[in-house]
Amino acid sequence: MDLSSINPILLIAAMIAAATPILLAAIGELVVERAGVLNLGVEGMMITGAVCGFIIAVNTGSPTVGFLAAAVGGAVLSLLFAFLTQVALANQVASGLALTLFGLGLSSLMGQSYVGIKPPRAEATPLGPLADIPVIGPIIFGHDLMVYLGLGIVAGTWAVLKFTRMGLILRAVGENHDAAHALGYKVKRIRTLAILFGGACAGLGGAYISLIRVPQWTEGMTAGVGWIALALVVFASWKPWRVLLGAYLFGGITQLQLNLQGAGVAIPVEYLAMSPYIVTIIVLVILSADKSRAPGSLGRTFHASG
Amino acid sequence: MKFTTLVASAALALGLAGGALADDPTKVGFVYVGPVGDGGWTFTHDQGRQAVEAEFGDAVETVFVESVAEGPDAERVMTQMALDGADLIFTTSFGYMDATNNVAAKFPDVKFEHATGYKRLHPNVSTYSARFYEGRAVQGHIAGKMTESNIIGYIASFPIPEVIRGINSAYIHAKKANPDVEFKIVWVYTWFDPAKEADAAKVLIEQGADVVLQHTDSTAPHAAAQEAGDVVTFGQASDMSAYAPFPRVSALLDVWGPYYVARTKAVKDGTWESGDTWHGIGDGMVGIGDITDAVPAEVKEEALALKAALSDGSYHAFTGPLNKQDGTPFLADGETADDGTLAGMNFYVEGLEGEIPQ
Repeated sequence: MDLSSINPILLIAAMIAAATPILLAAIGELVVERAGVLNLGVEGMMITGAVCGFIIAVNTGSPTVGFLAAAVGGAVLSLLFAFLTQVALANQVASGLALTLFGLGLSSLMGQSYVGIKPPRAEATPLGPLADIPVIGPIIFGHDLMVYLGLGIVAGTWAVLKFTRMGLILRAVGENHDAAHALGYKVKRIRTLAILFGGACAGLGGAYISLIRVPQWTEGMTAGVGWIALALVVFASWKPWRVLLGAYLFGGITQLQLNLQGAGVAIPVEYLAMSPYIVTIIVLVILSADKSRAPGSLGRTFHASG
Repeated sequence: MKFTTLVASAALALGLAGGALADDPTKVGFVYVGPVGDGGWTFTHDQGRQAVEAEFGDAVETVFVESVAEGPDAERVMTQMALDGADLIFTTSFGYMDATNNVAAKFPDVKFEHATGYKRLHPNVSTYSARFYEGRAVQGHIAGKMTESNIIGYIASFPIPEVIRGINSAYIHAKKANPDVEFKIVWVYTWFDPAKEADAAKVLIEQGADVVLQHTDSTAPHAAAQEAGDVVTFGQASDMSAYAPFPRVSALLDVWGPYYVARTKAVKDGTWESGDTWHGIGDGMVGIGDITDAVPAEVKEEALALKAALSDGSYHAFTGPLNKQDGTPFLADGETADDGTLAGMNFYVEGLEGEIPQ
């Protein structure tokens, strides 16, 4: 065992990078679910975002444009879900699963000629001298823009849901769509916008994997991150800061267990491999003992005549 | 009523499949564990499938299903293929072992070929694998010569004999090339997960490895090595030449085409028999990808000499004296490991650190 071979600064920096895709996808899904819609298509929207972002970034040479395209790609795919569930009133669970399968297939079709290509590199955010501060510099200020954007989206979502009229309406639609409808709010329009936001966030998360974390395009490369994000929203009791905590815990322990393995720690590898899931679940379950519950109308189809 | 209809149509499909052998094209099915675009393991099997198509043209029809999870899903996919009239089904992952045998029991007229397994419970099941450890020996030699930090990282997938053989073989030959070499092994419990593989590679690099070997299928570790700048990698299963000449300096190639063509021909001729095939460099099932100029000329020469010796059988990758990790004797001086020992290998050789997850 040689723990000295683990560099804690690099470990924390890697943890943040590993957590960002989950964080982005989960915060988007949180908004969707707070509006009363259960979209199981996160994985499909992520992988579509991953391939859209990759293709555009390679062709334009700009990772930033790539990320924009990823958000648009994810949102466009989620529009399909919005049409199925809000207009055609299809079952949300089935539509979401279909969206995942469709996204996986569509992305591998779109990405066929992009296997093995190297995307343009996303530069670290130019924060100047801040990044040179010892210890804190590399941990806090040495990241790419998406990491900060992810944190910003979490803070923004929290503030909007908690303090603004818009957030109140969104929550009302999610808690009781009939009452919200009776008050004159456009339930379907609000939900469609929430679904679009969720799709855009998932797309960004996917592109973070294909453009920064890996970075390359391979079929099926999100490999289940979307499902983890979905589970995280539930375990985080639909609260933004807990999603952040859960994502960082999960990303952190994933990285830590790899580091411990490399350092030859005498804990059986099976336990290390399952530790991210277990620790994240335990922590969030303990936190959710405060009687948090799911939005009242979650997963229920709304029809104005009903 | 519905059930009887189902049984009747299944029987009908079976009957059709049986009777169709003579005129209709032979139908060959492939079950893949990853996507065909993974650039690694599944990609090479699909190359094999294309070789079959190219060889027989219209006389053969191939079908494949990709990204099939190991477990009940695999059984369902194989059953469906057999019901759809496949005459020969290649199941290309170790984890399909039980599923393959279960389905084979239900369809005695369909031939099954299971890659990297050892269970042949029915006369219509064959197993086949390649002696990847021969390629690992060459890789280990180059790795031992190329490392400057003397730390070689190894991304291992699942603790099965196949993977352990590879680790041992690479280690033995890296150690021969460079007595100071040390292996850091990370188990990722996946064959294909680019993000996880990239993470594992980054961790190994952060911990000082300047050569990363992988037994996972994506090119993500290469991308991580390229990012780090001075880290050597090897293509796994396919050439992964997009990352040549550096960091990818060579590759361990799987060449399935000739075997798939031969077995398809055997089914067409009616000469197919259950058996176990284990081919290495000599038979062409394992290849060594082009060694790039990033490798010094004399190292390249030594590697090619090692490859030649493995190929003509004058040298065996597991030749004594070798001890097991706990110090007990494994092979006496000059003794070589027999296939039974290799097939069930579940221990590290002396010098490797850490424990194999059991």
